Amino acid sequence: MNVDVTPLPGIGVRKEIELRSGRRVGVIAHRDGRIELILSRADDPDACLAEIPLSTEEAGALANLLGAPQLVNQLNDEHRDLPGITTRKLPIRTNSPYDGRPLGDTALRTRTQVSVVAVMRAGQVCPSPTPDFVLVAGDIVIAVGEADKLEQAADVLARG
Amino acid sequence: MDHTALELLELGAVFFGLGLLGRLAHRIGLSPIPLYLVGGLAFGVGGIVPLGDIGDFTSLAGEVGVVLLLLLLGLEYSAAELVTGLRRSWLAGIVDIVLNAAPGVAVALILGWGPVGAMVLGGVTYISSSGIVAKVLSDLGRLGNRETPVVLSVLVFEDLVMALYLPILTALLLGVTLWGGIGAVGISVAVISVVLVVALRYGRYVSAVVDSDDQEVFLLKVLGAALLVAGFAQAMQVSAAVGAFLLGIAISGSTAENATRLLEPLRDLFAAVFFVVFGLSTDPATIPPVLGWALVLVVSTTVTKFATGWWAARRARIGRMGRARAGAALVARGEFSIVIAGLAVGYAAVPDELSSLATGYVLIMAMVGPILARYVEPLVRLFPTRPATPV
Repeated sequence: MNVDVTPLPGIGVRKEIELRSGRRVGVIAHRDGRIELILSRADDPDACLAEIPLSTEEAGALANLLGAPQLVNQLNDEHRDLPGITTRKLPIRTNSPYDGRPLGDTALRTRTQVSVVAVMRAGQVCPSPTPDFVLVAGDIVIAVGEADKLEQAADVLARG
Repeated sequence: MDHTALELLELGAVFFGLGLLGRLAHRIGLSPIPLYLVGGLAFGVGGIVPLGDIGDFTSLAGEVGVVLLLLLLGLEYSAAELVTGLRRSWLAGIVDIVLNAAPGVAVALILGWGPVGAMVLGGVTYISSSGIVAKVLSDLGRLGNRETPVVLSVLVFEDLVMALYLPILTALLLGVTLWGGIGAVGISVAVISVVLVVALRYGRYVSAVVDSDDQEVFLLKVLGAALLVAGFAQAMQVSAAVGAFLLGIAISGSTAENATRLLEPLRDLFAAVFFVVFGLSTDPATIPPVLGWALVLVVSTTVTKFATGWWAARRARIGRMGRARAGAALVARGEFSIVIAGLAVGYAAVPDELSSLATGYVLIMAMVGPILARYVEPLVRLFPTRPATPV
């Protein structure tokens, strides 16, 4: 994918990609750290339909929503020939008891036999996290295992 | 009532009145600059309630306002952005100068104000208000538009031109000879080149001198440095404003961002005083006689600025609607036109009507610009196939 980076003197930087439909979608990173999501109009590719200010958390959550399914699909493709093994996204919600605690505290492998292969944070993949990796609300844990065990794991992360 | 009490009352009344005007401007979605000018006209010579006792304070505060306006303008752009802007948009920048200074120069010459008056009025009609333009673009959600970088690079170029123009203007106002003028140009080009090189290479050292983790210390250091440099520049017969602008360019990176954040409220306060002082020195009764010429300038420079933006956007291969948006965005004139006129006020080389004309002109342009930017799209749709202005 080509990312076009345009400096906006005095304001910040605009980073965008052109979609197959000809539309542009991207972000404006302001100098003071604010982020705005932009989407070009269908009838006038020079203009923007919307400029939506996002907080850092919101931007991270959106990046997870966009990035995690792709990772899961990729992993599912990779072990398609292993029957019964699937990949699932397990979100860490704000009320999770593991918000701010290391991954080791969840004891997921011991309790549910699923393996955590990665954690998505702000759209970035943290592969093979170690037990001392600290989880925070908004993270998405990518776990591999049997379907019913994954169900249990989701329960563990939500309720402890 | 003793003197201090009266001064405090008057100053309080001025600030409070400005606050109310600013709120009104915010309500109707206008830049507060024209309203501050109106406020100054109302309190000044021949106005409704002439204020007498706070002249000394307000005139110095106005000077500080100009220094802060230009300092923050310099802080806004890094040296690298200025150099890139210069490389990329010099042609559009030159078209911008020729098209937009010409009406001002012509009107000044017709009115018989001489070459210096022409130089001043040309500057007044030339420079767009980067403050108003940036705010309008952001309010209308056009930062993500493709024509926006074109608009911004024109503004960057104009600011560099300001750094060249102000020292030359100062020299002319002091009545130097032609050789002295050429000397002033040479010196200012040399100084600006040196500052750009220093800012590009050693900007972090300049930043380190003023930087501090403690907000209070930092504020005092930045403000102190700005006034020192401005005063030094003024003593060297280059204008104080240019000194502050160059210091702003030399300060870079996170220091510049912090300085901007800290100084913005101060700038707003002192710049408001500056506009009032400018309005104070203008007698409202002198505006109606020059209003005809002001309207001539409004119409002609709206067209020329629109054409500039249109042309610059077309060179960047942007569609018709985007060209029109770029043209309309650049139309607003404001604080820097007043800074230029304010520099010239009081010099023998410039007639008094000039500040009345500049006031009337900026009053209208600061309102016309944002309005035009907002409604340009439906206007362009009225001209289905032909461009809205012949370019």
